[in-house]
Amino acid sequence: MSTPDPAASEDIESEEAQRERSLQERLKVDRAARWPVGIFIASSIGWLVFGSLIALIASIKLHDPEFVADNAWLTFGRVRTVHLNAVAYGWLSTVAIGIGLWVLSRLCRVPIEDHRSLALAAILWNVGNGVGIWGIFRGDSTGVEWLEYPTYAAPFLLVSFTFVILTAVNLIRKRKPGHIYISQWYIMAAFFWFPALYFTAHGLLILAPVQAPAQPPINWWFAHNALGLWFTPVGLGTIYYLVPKIIGRPIHSYYLSIIGFWSLAFFYAWNGMHHLIGGPYPAFLITASVVASVMMFLPVITVAINHQLTMFGHFKALIYSPTLRFVIFGAMSYILVSFQGSLMAIRSINNLTHFTHYTVAHSHLGAYAFASMVFFGGIYYIMPRILEREWPSRWLIRLHFWPCAIGIIIYFVMLSWGGILQGIAMNRGEMPFMEIIKTTMPYLKWRSIGGTLMTIGHIAFMASFIWMVIDRRKQGSEPTLFAKRTTQDTPATNASDS
Amino acid sequence: MKGRFRFIFIGFMLTFLAAWIGLVVLPVWGLGNFKQTPDPKTGEMIPPEFTALEERGRDVYIANGCIYCHTQQVHSARNRTDIVRGWGKRRTVARDYMNHGVAQLGSMRTGPDLSNIGVRNPSETWQLLHLYDPQITSPGSIMPPFRYLFTEQPIGSDGTSADAINLSGENAPREGMEIVPTEKAKALVAYLQALKLSEYEIPEAAAARIDSKIIDSEIK
Repeated sequence: MSTPDPAASEDIESEEAQRERSLQERLKVDRAARWPVGIFIASSIGWLVFGSLIALIASIKLHDPEFVADNAWLTFGRVRTVHLNAVAYGWLSTVAIGIGLWVLSRLCRVPIEDHRSLALAAILWNVGNGVGIWGIFRGDSTGVEWLEYPTYAAPFLLVSFTFVILTAVNLIRKRKPGHIYISQWYIMAAFFWFPALYFTAHGLLILAPVQAPAQPPINWWFAHNALGLWFTPVGLGTIYYLVPKIIGRPIHSYYLSIIGFWSLAFFYAWNGMHHLIGGPYPAFLITASVVASVMMFLPVITVAINHQLTMFGHFKALIYSPTLRFVIFGAMSYILVSFQGSLMAIRSINNLTHFTHYTVAHSHLGAYAFASMVFFGGIYYIMPRILEREWPSRWLIRLHFWPCAIGIIIYFVMLSWGGILQGIAMNRGEMPFMEIIKTTMPYLKWRSIGGTLMTIGHIAFMASFIWMVIDRRKQGSEPTLFAKRTTQDTPATNASDS
Repeated sequence: MKGRFRFIFIGFMLTFLAAWIGLVVLPVWGLGNFKQTPDPKTGEMIPPEFTALEERGRDVYIANGCIYCHTQQVHSARNRTDIVRGWGKRRTVARDYMNHGVAQLGSMRTGPDLSNIGVRNPSETWQLLHLYDPQITSPGSIMPPFRYLFTEQPIGSDGTSADAINLSGENAPREGMEIVPTEKAKALVAYLQALKLSEYEIPEAAAARIDSKIIDSEIK
C-alpha cells in the first residue's frame, strides 16, 4: 500500500489531460463565436433600449394624448407598432439567435466554422430590422398584427436567417459523438419552426394574401407561436443549459425533459385561435386552440418540476450569481405566464379578459418576465466567455436587475388589475364607453411608471455592456458576482472554468 | 448516433405539419373562397365592394394603426354586450369581411368597435372634427388627435372653402386662415362611413340575427 498504484495515477493524469483538452475545446468554440454572437448580442441590446424608449412614448400617450401628437411618425398607432416589432424582432429574436447559436456550438463541441459570413448575416439582420422599423414609422405598415414590417424588409431577414439555419445545421452535422442534450433539441426545433411560421404567414397574408376572412386565423396562429415556438423553446433551452452549469449538477430528470419537449411541440403549434373567441369563426376551429391551450399544462408542469427540482437545495446560489438570478426569475415567470395563458383561453374567462389591458399585461409577462429575463441571464453568462474578460461592475448589474424586476412586477400587477376592471365594465352594456376609459386611467399611468423603471434598468445594462467591451482591464480577473460564493459546490461562473 | 437527430427532426416537422394543416390549410380552404350573394330585397350584390376612395381610406387606417385600439367584430350577446351598446344589429360573420383586403378585426378595445361606425355615426362633419381633435366631440377621450391629416391655408378671395372644418374656441385657426382636411383625411372618413358590416342580409347573417334575438330575450 506504500507504493502508489501506477494504473491509478495514470488514470488521474489522463483525467487531467482530458480536462485540459475540453478546456482548449471550449476556448476554440468561444473564440469562433466572438464576432458573430457578439454582434447579435450587442445589437439586440441596442434594439432593447430603443424599443423601451419608444414604448414609453406610447405608454404616456395613452394617458396624455396630446404628448408629441403633431408628428405623424410618432402617432400612437405607429409608436406602439414600432415598439412591438423592435422588441420582438430587434431584441428578442436577435438575442435568441445569438444565444441559441452559442449554446448549440458549445453542446456540439464544434466551433462555428464560417464566422465571417455569420457576422455579415448578423449585420444584415439588423439592416432588415432597421428598414422595417423605418417603414412602419413612415406609414408603410402591412396592417397585419405582428407582421407589420413592409415587404421590402423581408429579403434582408430571409437571407440572414438562411445563414443562421445553415450554421446551426452545420453544427449539428459535425457534432462530436455523444449524447444529444435537451437544449439542442429545443434550439434546433426553434431554428426550424420560426422560419416555417414566418414564411407561411408572410406568404399567405402579405405576398399573396388569401381572402380577408381567412387571414385572422393564420395571423393569430403566427402571432401566438412566435412566442410559443420561437422565444419559448430558445428560452427553455437556455435555462436547461445554464442552470446545471452554474449550480454544478445535472438536470433532475432526462425523461421529464423529453416529455416536456414533445408535448410542447405537439400542443403549442395548435394554439392561436383562442384569440378569436367570440369572433366570426366556426366554433370547432376556436375550440381546437382552447383544448391545445389547456393541454399546455402538461409540458409546463413537466418543465417546471424539472427546472425547480434541479435547483432544489441550491437556491442559495441566487445570492451571488447574476446569471442565475435572471434565469430563475425567468423560469418562474414561465410557469406563471403559462398557467395564466391556459386559463385565459377558457371561454368563460376569456369573456372577461379579451380586448382588455389584461391581455397586454399577460403578453409582457411572457415576453419580458420570462423570455427577456432568461436572455439577460444568458448574456451575463456568455459575454465573459467570448470576450475573455469580466463584467465591469456588480453595481451596474444590480442597477439592471432591481429596476427591471420591480418594474415588470408593477407593470404586470397594475395593468392586470386595470384590465379586469375594464373587462367588468365592458361587460355591463349600460355603462357608457367613456366611463370604461376613466376606470382604466390610473392603471395606464402605473404602466408608465413600471415602464420607466424597466427602461432605467436597460440603460444601466447597456452602459455595463459598453464599458465591458471598451475596458480591457477586467481581463482574466475574478468573476463579477453579487456576493462571495457561499455554497460548497464549485459552480462555473468565471471565464476559464465552465 | 448520427442518424438519431434525423428522427428528431422528422418529429419537429410532423408535429408542426399537423397544426399547419389544421390551422392554416383548413381556414384557407373553408374561409377563403366566399362569393357575393344578391340581396333578397334589392337584388344588389352583397356584401358590397369598397370604392377606390374607400380603399385609399383603408390604407390610411392601416398606416396610422387604428386597429390597435379599435376592433371590427361584433360579438353575439352571449359573449359580449356589443349589441346592447348598439355596435351592430347582429354579430358579424366571416363573409362580411370578404372584400376587406387586409382584415382589420383587431384584438384590443381601448376605443369602441367600428364594425358599423358608418351606421352609428354617418356624419362627415362629426368624423372630421373628431379626427382633428377628439376632445371637441368626445371630451375625456384618450384617442390621439390627427391634426397632421389636415392643413392650414389662407382663406381665398371667394370666402371660406366648402370643406373647411368649423373650429371654435382654442382650436380656432389664426385670423384669415382655415383648416381643411387633406385627401387622406377625406379618404379615411369615406372608409369609416362605408363600415356597415352588420347591415347586409347575407344568408348566414339571418341565423346570426336569430341567435342574437334568442339570447337577448334570455338576458331580459
